[in-house]
Amino acid sequence: MTRPVIHEEETPEAQHPFTEAWGMFRKNKSAVAALGLLALITFGAIFGPYLYPTDPFEMVWMPFSPPGQEGFLLGTDYLGRDLLAMIINGAKVSLMIGLSAAVMTVFIGVTVGALAGFYRGIVEEVLMRITEFFQVLPTLLFSMVLVALFGASLPMITFAIGIVSWTAVARITRSEFLRIRELEYVMASRASGASNLNLMFGVILPNALPPIIVQSALMVGSAILFEAGLSFLGLTDPNVVSWGQIIGSNRQYILDAGYTVTIPGVAIFVTVLAISLVGDGLNDALNPKLRQR
Amino acid sequence: MSDLLKVENLTVRFEVKRGGGWNKKSYLYAVDDVSFTVKKGETLAIVGESGSGKTTAALAVARLVKAYSGKVALAGEDILQKEAEALRQTRQKVQFIFQDPYSSLNPRKRAEAIVREPLDSLSRKSEDEKTKIVDDLFEAVGLRPEQQRLFPHQFSGGQRQRIGIARALATQPELIICDEPVSALDVAVQAQILNLLRKLQKDFGLTYLFISHDLGVVQHMSDSIAVMYMGKVVEHADRLSLFQTPRHPYTQALLSAVPTVDRAKRAQQKRILIPGDAPDPVNLPAGCRFANRCPAAQAICQTVEPELKSDTNGHRTACHLV
Amino acid sequence: MSPLLEVKNLRIELTTRDGVAPVIDDLSFTLNPGETMSFVGESGCGKSMTALALMGLLPEKVGRVAAGNIIFDGEDLSQASDERLRAIRGNEISMIFQEPMTSLNPVFTIGEQIAEVLRAHQGLSRKAAWAQSIELLNAVRIPNAKSRVSDYPFQMSGGQRQRAMIAMALACQPKILIADEPTTALDVTVQAQIFDLLTDLRKQTGAAIILITHDMGAVAEMAERMIVMYAGRKAELGPVDQIIEHPRHPYTKGLIECVPHIQSDPSLERHDLVEVPGIVPSLREFGKDQCLFASRCAYLTEACLASRPTEKLFANGQSADCWHAEGL
Repeated sequence: MTRPVIHEEETPEAQHPFTEAWGMFRKNKSAVAALGLLALITFGAIFGPYLYPTDPFEMVWMPFSPPGQEGFLLGTDYLGRDLLAMIINGAKVSLMIGLSAAVMTVFIGVTVGALAGFYRGIVEEVLMRITEFFQVLPTLLFSMVLVALFGASLPMITFAIGIVSWTAVARITRSEFLRIRELEYVMASRASGASNLNLMFGVILPNALPPIIVQSALMVGSAILFEAGLSFLGLTDPNVVSWGQIIGSNRQYILDAGYTVTIPGVAIFVTVLAISLVGDGLNDALNPKLRQR
Repeated sequence: MSDLLKVENLTVRFEVKRGGGWNKKSYLYAVDDVSFTVKKGETLAIVGESGSGKTTAALAVARLVKAYSGKVALAGEDILQKEAEALRQTRQKVQFIFQDPYSSLNPRKRAEAIVREPLDSLSRKSEDEKTKIVDDLFEAVGLRPEQQRLFPHQFSGGQRQRIGIARALATQPELIICDEPVSALDVAVQAQILNLLRKLQKDFGLTYLFISHDLGVVQHMSDSIAVMYMGKVVEHADRLSLFQTPRHPYTQALLSAVPTVDRAKRAQQKRILIPGDAPDPVNLPAGCRFANRCPAAQAICQTVEPELKSDTNGHRTACHLV
Repeated sequence: MSPLLEVKNLRIELTTRDGVAPVIDDLSFTLNPGETMSFVGESGCGKSMTALALMGLLPEKVGRVAAGNIIFDGEDLSQASDERLRAIRGNEISMIFQEPMTSLNPVFTIGEQIAEVLRAHQGLSRKAAWAQSIELLNAVRIPNAKSRVSDYPFQMSGGQRQRAMIAMALACQPKILIADEPTTALDVTVQAQIFDLLTDLRKQTGAAIILITHDMGAVAEMAERMIVMYAGRKAELGPVDQIIEHPRHPYTKGLIECVPHIQSDPSLERHDLVEVPGIVPSLREFGKDQCLFASRCAYLTEACLASRPTEKLFANGQSADCWHAEGL
């Protein structure tokens, strides 16, 4: 059965695909709201320390002062540190790690997936076996070992998260490359004399991007969760605050002062949820099959 | 006129995995020992049904799939041996028009960039010259200048195919390979594209290798025709000779199978039905590949593969019974 | 003889981003028992939409019958309940599609799928339905039906899959078989086999066939009457031979002449093909009170833009919706 074709008669506006995608994204109300929330969180992470310059490590008041008392909006933790200052400063670390781990994930994943999907044959065999090796590693355990061995610095934690989570991106990139490399416009570019490098990154990759973008947005969320997990276990840089670390260091007092773990927990939950919703919106905006409707 | 393209004993094979054990390789000979020539300024049509190898042969000529053996000579030079810079030179001379105008244009590029791509990769012209060439090409294929800024999805199928044609013309190639250029288009639009291709051929003296399954289109477009079946050329003749006196039983069946609006032709011509399906291309039968469906098959057809033999007029047929 | 199917002033509306468009606009025709009728036109002209309406399969929430009647065997299908339509579908009216690979379920064998239809509509036992499936595969000339019946769709060639589809469609001896571009995805020699099969089956079962196609040659070979559709409206209707001989609508004329048909005498000079310039208008244009073909028409006059052409009837049974039909 043929679908009714909608033809254009007059010359339409030259609309860039990104403009069109934004139009679709805007239709997803929860994604737009989540994007706004995410912008707010990012703003707080960057400018918060200047607007609220309390040192997160300074003991400013009695321990376990509940939220709202003595002018401390979110109260104090078991050492009497200002929880609001900790959350604000922790946001930066959590987002930074989330972002940079996702960037690393995408970098490794896209490179491996692109090479495997483009060259096929022995290159694909080798790269995909390596990918499978990383997939079957117990991720948390492996990253714990890395951090324990090489020290709990922020770059090391980022690396540990990145190295265990790139496989999903690699698999998506490879499958997109496998699909797109067979399309005629890739063949047409080859007939026009395009080099392999140009074919891979100039022709195929831009068309493979939509699912990769969606996946990497979700990657930011899962990297934040991962970091929280690691720092909950104490595998974190003691010189910086992160949300997971706040939960980890207060976990013994969960029954007496539940708010000390609840508040950073909510921060993580809200941020990751917002990222997921944005990822969902991106999926709507970039998925050409949905666009037809 | 002189031969521009001379293809000799071209073979393309693909490895296929068939169950049963490691390292058990079988090969599918998509194009098997095929030879043909195209004269300068003329159109050779390769006709065949799906699985005949016509598109693979065309792709091999354009160096878009790897040939296993054989020779493809363009103006006397074997282009299968070219690499690097020499291959770039060759790519300028051989260009391709694809079947599906919906998948043959990069959706992320503007029409102008698509037509310009071969110039950017292959020629050393200045930016101004390239812009001039692109402008002229848009005019030549009947598109308006302001349409250069649009993306492929903003064009109709026929317009997209015009962009594909402009792209193929950009480097002033000597040979243009048209792979089913109208079969994905609506009937009324097909005529527009076919007329354009004929006009361009006349204006620029182009040589076409025209791949099609549609015998009506082939009769309209070509000067000579090669009929392929299961990777082999079974008949190769000039247009009049082939349509007036088709000799191979497969060609005859193919011609009779085309439905026509011409009532007189329908009345005079008995449809030759060829039963069944083509044989498994990986395990080909020993004799003639058409023998299992051929209405005239004899004992010899089951055992000996017929060679492509020419008569005094150059009408070549691969059949024991001719 | 009373018609088997009578479609009266059918109007189907489709809701799109740009509003509501009449994809079928005031269409009337009749289909007699055992007749083959063809729907012709470019994509987007409403051929397939008509078929879906007859099957009660319009896209949910998006498409609806806005006016008119579809009277099948005395019953108005446009008013029928979903349950009733389900009972008719596949039983009294059945359909075969362009791509037999995607319209067969890949995880069941051919036999299971045919038997399923028989069990659902005719209440046959499992065993009887299986035996009947083999019979049907025999009838559509699939060699060695007894063993092929347990093949999965991917194990068959394109032509065999289309035969299996036909077997399934004919399982309940429908009164109408709708074939939507049944051979477009197939090779010409296989197309010839399928046409041959359809002609024979029609003779045997007496089913009427609605053949949807864009190929005038196929129409000429297969059908007695034809409707040319353009932009959701009927352009021309009548006996195939008469229309091909003397088309009364410029669109029909264009469709016949724009295709390079095989000439009986190939030595004649080859002229440029007649072009129908432009493309089918967008859905936004549908429903306007003018001739929708006007922008592509060589016979354009002011009358064409002033109002929608009315139907002109001719003595030979032909009718054309064109202000200039008599002059053509």
